[in-house]
Amino acid sequence: MADSNQRILVVDDEPPIRRYLRAALSAQGFTIYEAASGQEALNAVIADRPDIIILDLGLPDIDGIEVTRQLREWSQIPIIILSVREAEQDKIAALDAGADDYLTKPFGTGELMARMRVALRRLTSKPDEPILQVGGLHMDISRRIVSVDGDQITLTPTEYEILRLLMQNAGKVITHHHLLRQVWGTAYESEMHILRVNISNLRRKIEPDPARPTYIHTEPGVGYRLKG
Amino acid sequence: MELRPDPDELLKHVESEETQRGKLKIFLGYVAGVGKTYAMLEAAHQRKEQGWDVVVGYIETHKRAETEELLAGHEVLPRKQAEYHNVTLTELDVDAVIRRRPQLVLVDEFAHTNAPGSRHPKRFQDVEEILDAGIDVYTTLNIQHLESLNDIVAQVTGVIVRETIPDRVIDEASEIEVIDLPPDELLVRLQEGKVYIPEQASRALQKFFRKGNLTALREMSLRRAAERVDDQMRSYMQTRAISGPWAAGERLLVCISPNPLAEKLVRTTRRLADELNAEWVAVYVEIASKPENNPANRERIGRTLQLAEELGAKSLTLAGRSIHEVVLDYARRNNITKVVIGKPLKPRWQEIIKGSVVDQLIYASGDIDVYVISAQTGLGKPIIPSDWQPHRPIGRYLSSIGLVALSTLLGIVVRGNLEPANLVMLYLASVVISAIYLGRGPSLLAAIAGVLAFDFFLVPPYLTLAVSDTQYLITFSMLLVVSLVISSLTAQGREQAEAAIRREAQTSALYNLGRDLTSATDLADVSQIIIANIGHAFGREVAIFLPENGHIRPFASSPGYQPGENELAVAAWAFEHDQPAGRGTDTLPAASLRCQPLKTANGLVGVLGIRPKELGSFLTPEQRQTLAAFSNQAALAIERASLAEQAQQAELLQATEKLQTALLNSISHDLRTPLVAITGALSALDDNNDTLDDTSRRALIENAHNESERLNRLVGNLLNMTRIESGAIKLHLELEDIQDLVGTALEQLGPRLANRNIQVNIPADFPLAPMDFTLMTQVLVNVLDNAVKYSPADSAIEVSAELREETVHIHVADRGVGIPPDDLSRVFDKFYRVQRPESVSGTGLGLSISKGIVEAHRGTIHARARENGGTVITIELPLS
Repeated sequence: MADSNQRILVVDDEPPIRRYLRAALSAQGFTIYEAASGQEALNAVIADRPDIIILDLGLPDIDGIEVTRQLREWSQIPIIILSVREAEQDKIAALDAGADDYLTKPFGTGELMARMRVALRRLTSKPDEPILQVGGLHMDISRRIVSVDGDQITLTPTEYEILRLLMQNAGKVITHHHLLRQVWGTAYESEMHILRVNISNLRRKIEPDPARPTYIHTEPGVGYRLKG
Repeated sequence: MELRPDPDELLKHVESEETQRGKLKIFLGYVAGVGKTYAMLEAAHQRKEQGWDVVVGYIETHKRAETEELLAGHEVLPRKQAEYHNVTLTELDVDAVIRRRPQLVLVDEFAHTNAPGSRHPKRFQDVEEILDAGIDVYTTLNIQHLESLNDIVAQVTGVIVRETIPDRVIDEASEIEVIDLPPDELLVRLQEGKVYIPEQASRALQKFFRKGNLTALREMSLRRAAERVDDQMRSYMQTRAISGPWAAGERLLVCISPNPLAEKLVRTTRRLADELNAEWVAVYVEIASKPENNPANRERIGRTLQLAEELGAKSLTLAGRSIHEVVLDYARRNNITKVVIGKPLKPRWQEIIKGSVVDQLIYASGDIDVYVISAQTGLGKPIIPSDWQPHRPIGRYLSSIGLVALSTLLGIVVRGNLEPANLVMLYLASVVISAIYLGRGPSLLAAIAGVLAFDFFLVPPYLTLAVSDTQYLITFSMLLVVSLVISSLTAQGREQAEAAIRREAQTSALYNLGRDLTSATDLADVSQIIIANIGHAFGREVAIFLPENGHIRPFASSPGYQPGENELAVAAWAFEHDQPAGRGTDTLPAASLRCQPLKTANGLVGVLGIRPKELGSFLTPEQRQTLAAFSNQAALAIERASLAEQAQQAELLQATEKLQTALLNSISHDLRTPLVAITGALSALDDNNDTLDDTSRRALIENAHNESERLNRLVGNLLNMTRIESGAIKLHLELEDIQDLVGTALEQLGPRLANRNIQVNIPADFPLAPMDFTLMTQVLVNVLDNAVKYSPADSAIEVSAELREETVHIHVADRGVGIPPDDLSRVFDKFYRVQRPESVSGTGLGLSISKGIVEAHRGTIHARARENGGTVITIELPLS
């Protein structure tokens, strides 16, 4: 996949993990830079100009979330968090700080590659694309028409907005709060049950089997992700 | 005879000299004004100069300049304020002294009576508590306050001293210093106004301060001090086995009666016992046929026995048929050498008829000396025992008259057909009936009335007392005699039976307690049985206090009764000091609860509290003894139960250790197995990279990958288990969609479902339920994983949800091997794995984690066998 020799900065204080990532990712044609601490990482971003950062949260000097926050002050470079922390608050905190995605250790190389692809695509995709296509899902934004496997379906305005957000960020996890804020407004940020009901209805309309969804995946405690 | 030190004496010596208890020094004077307080302060100054930590607990200087000057150099502890009838009284603050923990504390006026509501009625009891805390005490005392000298002082001086202290207190003092001042000098001091006299009592005290009185009191105090020196000498000689001039083993017994003079008798015996250096006992004999039922008399007996105990005697109540038999029997069995009894107060004629206890005693005493102590009359009349039927005696007498009338009527009807001699039998019958059912008095009345009625109605000439035939005079007198004898015998039999019934009731109550206790298994049962039995036997509310981490806590009590703070304080005192406290005792007598330490041979196990249901009822001495018997049984039962509980805990601990071993084994096995597979695969790939074909390589990699995932799950489970067990789990409750929950769980299981047929059946309009989504996903993953593992690959797994009474039920049903009925509840235990099938791997953690999570949601999870084979696991979650 590694077209045009993309550059990856791997930030982790554990040498075995850096070694593993270097081996796995170089094989895919990426150029690897390494940093073992938060400060090194911030320096490396300036010096090495990576295309994407793979960032551990538990760094010896600055916490990964803080690194993300500092980077986001001046850079839109994609950041994928790799961490042993599996509590949803940690995931939400990292995503809120501006990380593009979050993977819990241990993880498979395939999963990491998929997340990286999504994050890198964000840089190249045009935000105003009028036609969105994910698997059998088709959305024509200019005409507000949605179809599944060629069959047009009717969505309420709210369901449409949710689906649009998810499709525009296909492959990326969207937090509950982000969805609520974007679709209903900030006043509804904690009205989780409205979101649940709408997602449930949406799934019934677009999923072949709502009990085992293939498009809208739940990230427990964090949000939803539309998978292609 | 061997001259070995007397072990008892040695023990006493050790107890009084070597233990941690503080030492008591008494500055003894014969009257106010001899300079006791001054002497005490001087001695305290000397101590202080020697480096002792001395504080003043309570000193009354009476504004005497020289005393105040001496006081100035000392640290004075604040006094306790007590409100009484709008007057603020200040008292010694015992707790402050014990908190302050000086080496020596000065406490004036040893015999002082504390303000009502204080912890102890008397100051000497405060001092005892301070001594128990290991603090030395200096105190002052006037001789007339000594209990045993109380009546002599009253005789000599005409002043009755109400503030008294028991003699044993001064016997127990480590040191006594007599502060002596010749009476003449004292009188001079008095005239100079150097002796403090309270104004309201000045005239009485002026009378008191006569030279004659002073000399007598002085003699008493010097003699008392001399006796004590003598005692110490004897004690010294006994501990060192020096044979001495004392009579060996004199033991005295004093007989108590309800008579107020009994107190004098007790005091006299104490003096006698002191002079003889003898042990003594005070005995009250209850005659089985004539129990003492008058409450005032009973209380007086109780008080007298208590006084005897205060004066150092052992006191007890004995029961039997006659006083002299019981006393002499006890005396012989206990090597009593002298019996003390009061001179009878009854008129001579009564003694001739009823017999004199003194005479009987002397007649049967054998080698036991009998001392008859004279009694001064006029000090107060004994309370004449009222008839033994206190309620409605008139009714009983009327009934007996009625019986006689009935006999007469019957007699009039048949008198033509029967000889008068046979008619007599009718009257005898009424006498017997009266004696049996109505008691002694009514039967006597029936006897006399019967004779009169017989004469009047049935003996010709009728309706006159005159008799035609003088033979009838014999009939009359015989009828009278026979009636009297019958009535007396029958009534006596009846009374004895009643006394026997009462004792029987107590014995059977005790027996019931014992029997009930044998069936009790744990401490809670034991306490309930004790409470029920004692409550029933004494008609009182009962509470049991048990120690917990060294502090006494209410453990159980009668239904509807909850001991409060005050009662707890009483119980705590009783426990700490190993003495009864509260109602009816010397400590905190104002409390509503009487607290009795529960003691066994191994020590204190708790405190028993009993409280009368209505105020004003006290325990009789007899009841107190029964209570003691109950307490002993209760203490043994509680000890047994707590030991059993300790044993159980030890067992539990053992089981826990076993579990921990199982855990370690399980974890080491489950952690190593995947590592073996991973390491093996990697080393195979490393070593034989060239020779391996693609299929083998793929198989090795896949195996290693699966095993690493298993390892990851295991670590996750262990982490979750730890979180649940440490209580670190925090629920983030949100309203969630069950459909979504199931879908997410199925997705997380991913490849492990391996094309299994999973049927999800959740109604479309199913309500949202509050839960922690992440944790509940974990629960479903674990349950589904189990279902997949334990059922054949081609069988379906059904997941369904239903709503029942505000509770969400989620069922996961499989067609697997099923769980043996015995294991249905145990599958949720930690590390528990059903012993089949062999091939299935797991840690036995999944379901126990699920249970922990569901229970944190206030829900339940349970397993049951499915019809036609398989298992259903149901998770129930409350909707609100």
